Amino acid sequence: MTETLKPILATIPLFDGMKPEHLELIVGCAANVHFAPGEFAARQGEAADRFFIVRKGRLALQVHGPGRGEVTLLTVGDNEVLGWSWLVPPYKWHFDARALTDTRALALDGRCLRGKFESDHELGYEMMTRFVQLMTQRLEAASLQLIDLYGTNA
Amino acid sequence: MPDALRHADAARAGALEPVPFRIRRVTPETRDTFTIVLAPPAGAPPFSFRPGQFNMLWGFGVGEVPISLSGPPGEVREIVHTIRAVGPVTQELHRLGRGDTVGVRGPFGTAWPVDEVAGCDVVLVAGGIGLAPLRPALYALLSERARFGRIVLLVGARTPGDLLFVNELAAWRGRFDVDIEVIFDRAAPDWHGLVGVVTSLIPQAPFTPPKTAAFICGPEIMMNFALLELERRGVPPSRLWVSLERNMKCGVGLCGHCQMGPLFVCRDGPVFPWERVAPWLAIREV
Repeated sequence: MTETLKPILATIPLFDGMKPEHLELIVGCAANVHFAPGEFAARQGEAADRFFIVRKGRLALQVHGPGRGEVTLLTVGDNEVLGWSWLVPPYKWHFDARALTDTRALALDGRCLRGKFESDHELGYEMMTRFVQLMTQRLEAASLQLIDLYGTNA
Repeated sequence: MPDALRHADAARAGALEPVPFRIRRVTPETRDTFTIVLAPPAGAPPFSFRPGQFNMLWGFGVGEVPISLSGPPGEVREIVHTIRAVGPVTQELHRLGRGDTVGVRGPFGTAWPVDEVAGCDVVLVAGGIGLAPLRPALYALLSERARFGRIVLLVGARTPGDLLFVNELAAWRGRFDVDIEVIFDRAAPDWHGLVGVVTSLIPQAPFTPPKTAAFICGPEIMMNFALLELERRGVPPSRLWVSLERNMKCGVGLCGHCQMGPLFVCRDGPVFPWERVAPWLAIREV
């Protein structure tokens, strides 16, 4: 199984330029998953024991509030990453993640990865660097959404 | 010719006198945005404009506003403007109907450099009402499709209900020679398309950066982030153009209301090479 996922992982932008030995360690924590339209990949408050890389399809990050129903904050498509709560205690999902279309993804086991980061700090540093970039992009995007760019006062 | 004389010539040529056009059609686009089609007076010569240019539209008794032309460019028998009703003049224009009169001065300003980007992949990044000034550029690109590489249109809007030109976007999406992505800042769960900011579309958009040119129009903050992403992808800064919006009044570089450093947005813009305006946009006081 892991033999077949390594070449797939190597094509994912998150892992661009990663050393083959690090990719080898990561692939041991990866599995293929499938979500039907409407199916939850993660639920708010549940243990965030994995993150996803969409191979084909679309996942939505949603939040539910009384009187507002579900609001989609972000969608994630092919080759994009969803989830970093697996990196941050208490390792719980803060939002729902739901498939909008038939979605194939890679699920990476967060506990497995954290264990490998502990024993290989270089791998941990590599992945942290990549996730900080991802978080920065998402933070910038969230800021732009927050200021209501296209509102009347824009 | 010295600038002052050139400006005086423009004024003499009637650039400051509105011509009464009649409203032929009004089409609602969203809850606050509409498209009007205007016809020149009988016997007037055809109106000619280039993509990206604007007219000053006069709501009689209220005032005048700069509005980009949003219809097919070239020599035309009727002109198209897409307007967001947000102030007294645009609200007055929104109130008008078929047969009513609108004063028109123009066309003014610079154009998207469609000829200059022949042979390139062309990426159009539009945010909100910024899709309107870019639409004539897309018409021009598609009218001579073989001269360009990939054509990519990336559109951002507030919600699905705020999207302009819905039917036309759907028709363009049916073509095999143009890539279109639309993304919204927020959406209800029944929307199964993309949610996020328009700049997030750039990293995976299908173009070859070193041979790409980009035209960008939208709120200035959005344009800044779009430019960052395009440069991050490797699009040469010399092939980035933006359309700026300032407080334009005269339209011919006389009054100075839209002055930005040494530039008059109404005369030297609204379409600028990014490298030309970047130093001035970085200065808040300008």
